[in-house]
Amino acid sequence: MGTDALPSAGTPVGRRIFLGMLGFGVGGVLVGAKVSDLVGRVMAPITSRDRLGISDLFPGAGGFRIYSVVGYLPKRTDAEYQLTVDGLVGTPLTLSLAQLQAMPPTHLVKDFQCVTGWRVHQVPWTGVRLADVLDAAGVQAGGRAVRFWSFDGSYTESLTMDQARRADVIVAYEMQGGPVPSVHGGPVRMYVAPMYGYKSCKWLARIEVTSDVIEGYWERRGYDVDGWIGRSNGRSDTPV
Amino acid sequence: MKPVLLTRFDRTERVVHWANATLFLVLVATGAALYIGPLSAVVGRRELVKTVHVWSGLALPVPLVLGLASPRRGRALRADVGRLNRWLADDRRWFRSLGRDRSVRFDKFHPGQKLNAAFVAGAIPVMLLSGSIMRWYKPFPLAWRTGATFVHDWIAVLLFVAIVGHIGKALSEPEALQGMLGGNVDPDWARRRHPRWHPVAPAAPATPARAGRD
Repeated sequence: MGTDALPSAGTPVGRRIFLGMLGFGVGGVLVGAKVSDLVGRVMAPITSRDRLGISDLFPGAGGFRIYSVVGYLPKRTDAEYQLTVDGLVGTPLTLSLAQLQAMPPTHLVKDFQCVTGWRVHQVPWTGVRLADVLDAAGVQAGGRAVRFWSFDGSYTESLTMDQARRADVIVAYEMQGGPVPSVHGGPVRMYVAPMYGYKSCKWLARIEVTSDVIEGYWERRGYDVDGWIGRSNGRSDTPV
Repeated sequence: MKPVLLTRFDRTERVVHWANATLFLVLVATGAALYIGPLSAVVGRRELVKTVHVWSGLALPVPLVLGLASPRRGRALRADVGRLNRWLADDRRWFRSLGRDRSVRFDKFHPGQKLNAAFVAGAIPVMLLSGSIMRWYKPFPLAWRTGATFVHDWIAVLLFVAIVGHIGKALSEPEALQGMLGGNVDPDWARRRHPRWHPVAPAAPATPARAGRD
């Protein structure tokens, strides 16, 4: 073999690093949830207000992850934005962003929990209570559920009328201390605090009052319709 | 007259290396599209990107394992893995001096290459394990899924740094890059940069290795 002969000299440090990495990997899988949660809590003051999403790149910092079910980023400017409220209502409405912002605002500081495991602690939200929007249109006697339509053209979600009327369910136009960015579903999105993130429909275009709950995008793909945090989808997260 | 060249990497090693490199590139690109928010938003198509990422990941160890398992063609690869594994006193001295000790005589592989090789070799099974738990999470406790995500994300960031460093080093030393492209290097370069691998001028002309890319 000449110059390519295997040297017997030296110490097998490479093997030690290799085995050490395996140990770290297995250990990390077992205790990583705790470490990740700790890092998330420590970083919360930064991530909850980090509008540029830079801290999202820090693994375990608990920043938002951006999920979109379509192959493009749905975009609508503040000026052209319109929210339709129709279905089983007395007066169908078409609201501009300015009209929404003119309604009595609600401020919440609450966690955002995704069903895939990540959580962003203490996110500031501003919007209008969904109940107020529904009252403005006047729900008919047969209206027992609410369906959200996204202007991405694919996504829908639903709530029962009782769920929709909760004080912590808002039509949000601000998060993290500024307008809802496009990647987070701006200019207007739902924020359903007590339920997993898939219930908080992004890029909200239409609120339809229906007689019954209709399964949404992910619910047709196996997620629970009543997406209570910590009480659904086989998960045991701390409720929000 | 062409100078007599020295074989640094044989055909098997180069094929394995470039197959690895291609898969890693796909994994980095699709991984970035899944992980980096603004990029996810632009690329979208989460299901498709995820599928490509998962299958490239499962394929990643295949070229290396096939190369190592080949009785005859894998000989040089196995010998080099042995060399990468063994750290000489000079390698440790180089690390202790934080790369400043000029008297260190390098083996076929630079101490940094040895560290990189060990890290990447260890990272592959860890990424496979954590990635599999993320993809097929149903049978595992919930905390494992979060833990696997944590591990997968961290190693991915470290791997990205290692890969960028690796490519940067290759581009900054064209002779070393040539060794992985065509397989052959200039013996003078080898003597200068890797004296423990190639200490003396070859007495007889070395077998000319096949030139060109494989």
